[in-house]
Amino acid sequence: MIFGRAIAATILLVVAPALLAGEIPPDARRSGYSFMGPDTRAMQDDDTSNPGMLFVLDGEALWAKKTGNLDKACADCHGDATTSMKGVAARYPAFDKALARPVTLDQRINLCRTNHQQAAALPYESRDLLALSAFIAHQSRGVAITAGDDPELKPFVAQGRDLFMQREGQLNLACTSCHDDNFDKRLAGAPITQGQPTGYPLYRLEWQTLGSIERRLRSCMTGVRAQAYDYGSPELVALELFLMSRARGMPMEAPAVRP
Amino acid sequence: MAALINVPSKARRGDTIEIRTLTSHIMETGFRHTADGTLVPRDIITSFTCRYNGTEIFRADLFPAIAANPYLSFFTVAKESGKLEFEWIGDNGYSSTASASITVE
Amino acid sequence: MPTTRRQFLSLAGSVTVAGTIPIVTLRPLEATPAMLNPAIRNVVGEAQIRTGKVKLDIPPLVENGNTVPMTVSVASPMTANDYVKSIHIFNEKNPQPNIGNFYLGPSSGRAQVSTRIRLADTQKVVAIARLSDDTFWQVAADIVVTLAACTEEMN
Repeated sequence: MIFGRAIAATILLVVAPALLAGEIPPDARRSGYSFMGPDTRAMQDDDTSNPGMLFVLDGEALWAKKTGNLDKACADCHGDATTSMKGVAARYPAFDKALARPVTLDQRINLCRTNHQQAAALPYESRDLLALSAFIAHQSRGVAITAGDDPELKPFVAQGRDLFMQREGQLNLACTSCHDDNFDKRLAGAPITQGQPTGYPLYRLEWQTLGSIERRLRSCMTGVRAQAYDYGSPELVALELFLMSRARGMPMEAPAVRP
Repeated sequence: MAALINVPSKARRGDTIEIRTLTSHIMETGFRHTADGTLVPRDIITSFTCRYNGTEIFRADLFPAIAANPYLSFFTVAKESGKLEFEWIGDNGYSSTASASITVE
Repeated sequence: MPTTRRQFLSLAGSVTVAGTIPIVTLRPLEATPAMLNPAIRNVVGEAQIRTGKVKLDIPPLVENGNTVPMTVSVASPMTANDYVKSIHIFNEKNPQPNIGNFYLGPSSGRAQVSTRIRLADTQKVVAIARLSDDTFWQVAADIVVTLAACTEEMN
């Protein structure tokens, strides 16, 4: 099998440059917003008609609410979120030194709850967790994404990229097959986007509620008839991290509205 | 539960103004089933009312075909300074209120 | 029009039950077009329904049937003697034919209402306005609903 290995090594050398074939050049990247119709755009453009803002309001209330055995609120440590949380969501998933792995914003909220508030972790996609993450992410609106810049994250970004490029499911499709190679075309009636994660958590008309990027990734996996990874799994975190690093420099839109 | 109300803070007497409201509600249709076949009971907002200084100026009957987190936009003539009150009523004793003030010059 | 709009954000006092229920995406029994007429007659009685005066703005090809923006307006001077009393919206193929009833008056200033609706399938939407002289006016629109390509199973 020495011969086989030599071939594999050669392919790696060819493929190694930063931009893989089919990847979208930085100046050609587009938010999912640009693929939507005028009515859906209007829903996002005006905060008082964006249903995602209802969650932001709930999150604002939760931010100030004392909870857990220590009877502490987020605000007791972090103060005014409009300053302390500005830009934070644009850096997530971020490397956690104690855990030696990246954690998502949802996981950071729950680490704060369990470690600093002695409160129970909130379930994934629960209204309270979405409300808190929406409130925090909203403070980064317009801020350029920088997630993945931390050198310690490098292997995890690479893992996410591998997952993005890997074919899976009964339809044998990779994320890249649609979102790098075929964006702007249509799948059934819906436009295929580039899968830029600028607006999460976002209000999806399909869901009629707010949802995380993990929920979106899981529905894509179901769509290609693959077994979806569990919420909070290392694979979903790596994919989120790769997608955020792929959108580096694009402005945050949370809470966005999407069809 | 949150509500978002968009009302102009100031208006000239006689102006027609737009009022926009958005409120949190799942609007469960009553036509869906869980995986084990149980019907999910209907849980919707059935009625919305807007009063302007106590007088009803707009009312709506809502049905399961209204999307979750109901949005309503409508108009009224700015007559006098005062208060706009909003009330949503629904299944299972649901009731929620909000208000906004307006200055008419 | 006034110069500034204030965005008034409030936490309204309310009672509700929040919870997620795993849902199967099978569509339930559909309303039939035959249910549309009785639903309309239930509102207008035996009165004649004329076509005109009413305008229905819905994107002809909606992005998702679960949340469809809709605006209905009626050509009316909205004076004390000539105004729109109510607007009624119906659909052809949802499980139930009614969408919403909206009650206005001369103080509305403009006979226009916007909301977001659910359309289970490609179908006709009908808007009927009752004027102050108790005449009824209608408009119908055909809406194409495309189903999302990657619908989510139970997560």
